[in-house]
Amino acid sequence: MTNNFAIALRMLRRNAHSGEARVLAAALLVAVASVTTVGFFADRVRGALDRQANELLGGDLVVIADHPVPAAFVERARADGLAIAQTTTFPSMVAGAAGTSLAEIKAVSSSFPLRGRLRVAPTPVAPDREADGAPAPGTVWVAGPLVSRIGAAVGETVKVGNASLRVAEVITREPDNVLDFFGIAPRVLINDADLAATGLVQVGSRVSYRLLVAGESRQVSRYESEMRPRLGRGERIEGVRDARSEVRVSLERAQRFLGLASLLSVILASVAVALAARRFSLRQTDGAAMMRCLGAAQADIFAINAWQFLLLAAAGCAAGTAAGFGAQAVLAHWLSGFFAVALPAPGWRPAVQGAVIGLVLVLGFTIPPLLRLRNVPTLRVLRSDVAVAEPSSLFAYALGLGALSSLIVWQAGDTRLGAISVGGFAAALGVAALAGFILIRALSRLRAGASGPWRYGLANLRRRTGASLVQVMALGVGIMAMLLLTLVRSDLIVKWQKSMPADMPNRFAINVQNDQLPAVKAYFADLGLATPDLYPMVRGRLVAIGDKTVSPADYTDQRARRLVEREFNLSWAKDLRPDNKIVAGSWWKAGDAAPQFSVEEGIAKTLSIRVGDTLSWDVGGARFTAKVTSLRKVEWDSFKANFFVIASPGMLEAYPASWITSFHLPAGREEVVNRLVERFPNVSVIDLTAIMGQVKRISDQVSRAVEFVFLFAIAAGLVVLFAAITSTQDERVFEGAVMRTLGASRRQMVLTQLSEFLAIGLLAGMVAAAGAVGLTFALSERVLGVPYEFDWVVPVAGLLAGGVGVAIAGLLGTRRAVDSPPLAAIRAVT
Amino acid sequence: MNAIREPESPPASARKPAIVRAEGLTKQVSTPDHELVIVREASFEVAAGDSVAIVGASGSGKSTLLGLLAGLDVPSAGRVWIDGEDLFALDEDGRARLRGRLVGFVFQSFQLLPALTALENVMLPLELAGVADAGARASRVLDQVGLADRLGHYPRQLSGGEQQRVAVARAFATEPKLLFADEPTGNLDSATGRQVIELLFRMNRDHGTTLVLVTHDEALAARCDRRIAISAGVVQG
Repeated sequence: MTNNFAIALRMLRRNAHSGEARVLAAALLVAVASVTTVGFFADRVRGALDRQANELLGGDLVVIADHPVPAAFVERARADGLAIAQTTTFPSMVAGAAGTSLAEIKAVSSSFPLRGRLRVAPTPVAPDREADGAPAPGTVWVAGPLVSRIGAAVGETVKVGNASLRVAEVITREPDNVLDFFGIAPRVLINDADLAATGLVQVGSRVSYRLLVAGESRQVSRYESEMRPRLGRGERIEGVRDARSEVRVSLERAQRFLGLASLLSVILASVAVALAARRFSLRQTDGAAMMRCLGAAQADIFAINAWQFLLLAAAGCAAGTAAGFGAQAVLAHWLSGFFAVALPAPGWRPAVQGAVIGLVLVLGFTIPPLLRLRNVPTLRVLRSDVAVAEPSSLFAYALGLGALSSLIVWQAGDTRLGAISVGGFAAALGVAALAGFILIRALSRLRAGASGPWRYGLANLRRRTGASLVQVMALGVGIMAMLLLTLVRSDLIVKWQKSMPADMPNRFAINVQNDQLPAVKAYFADLGLATPDLYPMVRGRLVAIGDKTVSPADYTDQRARRLVEREFNLSWAKDLRPDNKIVAGSWWKAGDAAPQFSVEEGIAKTLSIRVGDTLSWDVGGARFTAKVTSLRKVEWDSFKANFFVIASPGMLEAYPASWITSFHLPAGREEVVNRLVERFPNVSVIDLTAIMGQVKRISDQVSRAVEFVFLFAIAAGLVVLFAAITSTQDERVFEGAVMRTLGASRRQMVLTQLSEFLAIGLLAGMVAAAGAVGLTFALSERVLGVPYEFDWVVPVAGLLAGGVGVAIAGLLGTRRAVDSPPLAAIRAVT
Repeated sequence: MNAIREPESPPASARKPAIVRAEGLTKQVSTPDHELVIVREASFEVAAGDSVAIVGASGSGKSTLLGLLAGLDVPSAGRVWIDGEDLFALDEDGRARLRGRLVGFVFQSFQLLPALTALENVMLPLELAGVADAGARASRVLDQVGLADRLGHYPRQLSGGEQQRVAVARAFATEPKLLFADEPTGNLDSATGRQVIELLFRMNRDHGTTLVLVTHDEALAARCDRRIAISAGVVQG
């Protein structure tokens, strides 16, 4: 083995400058860089979340409830000698001298926070300091944006509900706001002694009650194990492990998506690796035969070449990991707006992941050509036309394809999504291969009618059907990625934005009470604005589906557990609204007195509710049951108030309800909202334009991240292009030399090469355009709900990019075939 | 300087006009430790219609010399005139055009294009030269070399001897004034080799083509009008 390694090292030094060694290293570099970029970045974000988890909670353990935390929890904590603090959080409007704004009110006990510290300052721009405790009774601490928005400078008075409180500090950092896009409204912190005076905690208010607990870890875990079994409905305990699990889940989902996108480059790279390894082995054929003559065993030949690949792979992986480390810094910089805290340094795990991917690529896609080298007959030394037995290619590459599929499933994080992705990739490549094959055959038939150089170009295309097919597919995928990134993406976004009507609601008003209904309607009418539709909302808990009592433990899905734990907003309606469509069952008919429910299809799927099931609800202690008679599809992006569960008329009217509406506020009419909130202080108005702006900003940044990852796919596509061109370069150089010998002019040689590359490029362009059109169709119709319109620019750009791009790249790549003196070229090749 | 003499040649005035003239032709390549001279200041002429054998031991530089004469390689010094045209005053394109017009070439390992049928291989130089009835002419030449029934075959479907006959047909298709052949029988068994030699000399006779061939084969060299011996890059007297 030592000898084999030494020989391999010496041979690699000779082979390192060959095209295929470079292709192999470059392909690995791109693939590993692509995967580690995503890995390193996700690792840093996860690190930030872990580090912040304690502070996020504000304690070691939190009891969260949608009603005041039962006294038993507080008493037990006191008895156990644990420190406690309590918070009550809800959204509401606050008013200052300069205006009103929606705010996230948090009333805290004087001991808050138990862990971590708030940072405060006298003005938003002044140097901040660690705050000592919480606001004193009669005072309020406000988040920076409110200072200018409503005139809430230190010393001023603001109205929170019915209470007038003096601003004492400006909050510059709150421990529980790591990812600040989740805190949409600015924070207002008050002492819980002032809570009652605000009069804001009413029926239907969205209030979250928390009991924070801190102490020695043994005591805390004993408390947790004692109290967990005693949790009632709407109550849960969160420790550090569960903190921000929603953030974690969405991060994991985003990472999975980016990871799958990064695998596109791995798949392309595998093509380049396979091409390069095959060419490498072809070039080593005679050397291997000679070595066998000199007494090398099959195993020696295998080992010597395998060592060379492994050494190349090590170099490629190391460079790729370094590149990935650099690239994630760019990504982190772009997305830094998301994070209120600095991201910690990434760990080593993504580097291991990159190395695994590099190894899989090398082992999976270089072993088949290596096996071929093992089988080189010794007779080859005497007769170069003795054929080498080829292992059945599908079987030989089964290892690589299997490994690649496992990688995809692993990255997808769940078998089903993984299988769908593998199937999707395979089907897409299969269709592209079939289309490419048919097109190549069809085009090469034109050869008889073509003249001179064109005939030879097309003849080559057919003779190298396999190589041409790989070129067409790899380039097709690369060009498709480029088309989607450049033309389709922006076009789709513009269409989607245009599809939103100009008078789309941009404000939500919530918490309107029963007795305020006529007055609120009259308020809008008096101002000459369209009277908004108000929808009733009753809060209730889902108790049972059919005979089966519902419990969070029945569901593995996080979302389903949360849905079951918290209260639903139930509504009732006589008629089906136009932005709702029945997808199963039927809507109740007028005069149908039987109590019924209509459930939104997404939530029905999450909670496994079917038409015909009976749902039992608990509203303020009263219980009622009715059958589900329809499932609805809801256009959530209409920005109108919508409900997961709607009851038929007559069921809910007796229960305490609040009302919700959405309306369009023309620009410059902010006084409408200010006066509305003045007249009805319990009503909260949510400004959707800010949220929509924020959503747009997030989607812009995320799409930049995706684009960034796709850049690797394009780089991998270019490596494949280079690999594909160099894989047939020996033949081209030889053919060029023979044609030169026979008197071909430069023009004729260029035309021959051009015709072949132009054909390959155009075919790749067709495959790319068809793929891009198909995907655009699916995206617009299925995902964005925008009617699909065929755009000529996409196929034309695909064909142009393919034809012109590949022709230029091909001509540059085969310069040597045209420029070398013929004898040198023939000798070099034969 | 090594004196280069034209061996066994009559005085220039009595000779037929020269179709090839080499003067001070030198090829050297750089190796890591020294300059290696492969052909050293070769000067000679080949008269039109002659058949000339370039002979020498392995590594003596005969194939390199042939390559230089055909303009397939570029010399380090010296000049070559083909039919009065200074070959290396032309660029690569000019040399290719000149070959297309005047020169045919037969390689030891045939060098047929694998993507093309026998007929298309023979048509290639004709098409490159812009000959109108390339197909008809190519099949006529293939008929002359006894391959009329192999027109649609690809090189891999032909035996070594058949491939070399296609190569000969390709070389003669444009009716060149001058044919270079590099070990044309080197990859063939003796019987097949003899057939190919007969073919070359028949073409030489029928078309008045000048034949310059590199060979190891003494019998073949003996059939030529002249022989030029080369040893360690130096054309011997």
